[in-house]
Amino acid sequence: MLDFLKQPIETFQEFMFLSGRAIRNIFRSPHYADDILLQMDVIGVGSLFIVTLIGFFSGVVMGLQMSRALATYGAQGKIGEIVSITLVRELGPVLTALLVAGRNASGIASEIGSMRVTEQIDAMRALGTDPTQKLVTPRLIATAIVLPLLTVIADFIGLLGGGFIASAMMNISFDQYWNSAWRALEYNDLVQGLLKPFLFAIVIALVGCYYGIKTSGGTQGVGRATTKAVVVSSVWIFVITSLLDPLFVNLQ
Amino acid sequence: MPQDDTVIRFEDVSLLYGDTHALDHVSFFMKPGETCVVLGAAGSGKTMLLKCTVGLVKPDSGRVILFGRDVTNWTENQMFDIRAKVGILFQEGGLFDSLTIAENVAYPLENQHALSNDGKLSENAILERVRESLRFVELEHTLEKFPSELSGGMRRRVGIARATVTEPPLVLYDSPTAGLDPITANTIINLIIKERDLRDTAAIMVTHRFLDGHLMANFRYNPNNGNVEPVVHGRAEDSAVTTRFLVMKEGRLVFEGSERELLENPDPYVQKFCRAGTS
Repeated sequence: MLDFLKQPIETFQEFMFLSGRAIRNIFRSPHYADDILLQMDVIGVGSLFIVTLIGFFSGVVMGLQMSRALATYGAQGKIGEIVSITLVRELGPVLTALLVAGRNASGIASEIGSMRVTEQIDAMRALGTDPTQKLVTPRLIATAIVLPLLTVIADFIGLLGGGFIASAMMNISFDQYWNSAWRALEYNDLVQGLLKPFLFAIVIALVGCYYGIKTSGGTQGVGRATTKAVVVSSVWIFVITSLLDPLFVNLQ
Repeated sequence: MPQDDTVIRFEDVSLLYGDTHALDHVSFFMKPGETCVVLGAAGSGKTMLLKCTVGLVKPDSGRVILFGRDVTNWTENQMFDIRAKVGILFQEGGLFDSLTIAENVAYPLENQHALSNDGKLSENAILERVRESLRFVELEHTLEKFPSELSGGMRRRVGIARATVTEPPLVLYDSPTAGLDPITANTIINLIIKERDLRDTAAIMVTHRFLDGHLMANFRYNPNNGNVEPVVHGRAEDSAVTTRFLVMKEGRLVFEGSERELLENPDPYVQKFCRAGTS
């Protein structure tokens, strides 16, 4: 009767096994430092431009949309506070993670998937390396380091974008904007603003690797794995953020 | 465990792949220096036989004994040590396309820890062995190239170099001639014969071409002039060449014996391979 649940549960179990091995490998030799650095370059430096761009525009859009709403209450001075809280708490982490999921969960899944279908994963095992150690763990470490950094950059650029709107269209000086934005932030906001990308990073890297390693069925299979990796990691980003939010809101 | 001088022994090994039997109660054994030619149509379980040998897939029942040790239930980490004694050529070569040819061939030397018990090899020593191995397959000039820059036959030859760079006592070849033109295919088989006779390795060769097996059984490498020559029956050094043929059908082993027995076997499925080869 519950047969329809069998496959998702099996997938989840396999995913957890892979995650367990990948995390355990962090504390085990051999370590592949070269691979970690390479992945940090691909994921971090590679996403820098697009993350900056999206960060700036999300700040601009927030500023524009909020300016009208705030004007009805004559509370334009609050613009800095609103932009900084929404960006640091929610938009920065989630938008950056979604971008990185689109760029890198897919990249990871297709790269590992192609290696799978051309028997490179088998070759790796036959030649004495554990594919989890060599492929999954470096990607996990690299994403977990780089995504919080990218988020900080996106937040900062977003705040500048909001400031640009405030000073250009709302007659609020940049100093005043920056002051209120800065003072609005509490320790709590920073913690969740950095904890979220860290968790998102783990999900993005592991989901990408999982679907890559599970690839079967030739080049078509690689396409399917890539799509699944992006969809599943994006959904999980939203699930995690909605689970965390009540926790942090109640902490106030 | 009783003393066992076999290189590989399969005892009643079965493996399910989805709903079908990839291997169906397969039993066979191989002695050192012996060559096994496994013939079979696509999907008959030939590749699974090789993967089972080195534990890349685990059998559902039965036992796999490698170098006299029962490896059926070994963990992946235990397998790494014994895999260092086995070279594998994958179907399409299985080369890492993010690494250069030199790095590919050096990979087993750098990563198989069982080999570096006596300390890690120095970079120069590794390079020397990589060169030697590539010289063996006549591709020394491709050191800095990437696999995508080589032709299919050349990639297969690099695969052989990588499989044999550690000088393992057992080499597995997965369809070494599949998808190659006859001339390139013969070059590959000549290399495999040369490797077998120079280093005296045991080999399993999985193929769908009878001709490959025929060459393996009837030719040997002459180190004096560097040619691959027909075996002269009755000559002392040639009697060392022992080649057995196995035929697989839908996961089952339907024939095992010498080339002569293979040619005389009345089974129509078995005969299909012989006819395809001689025509």
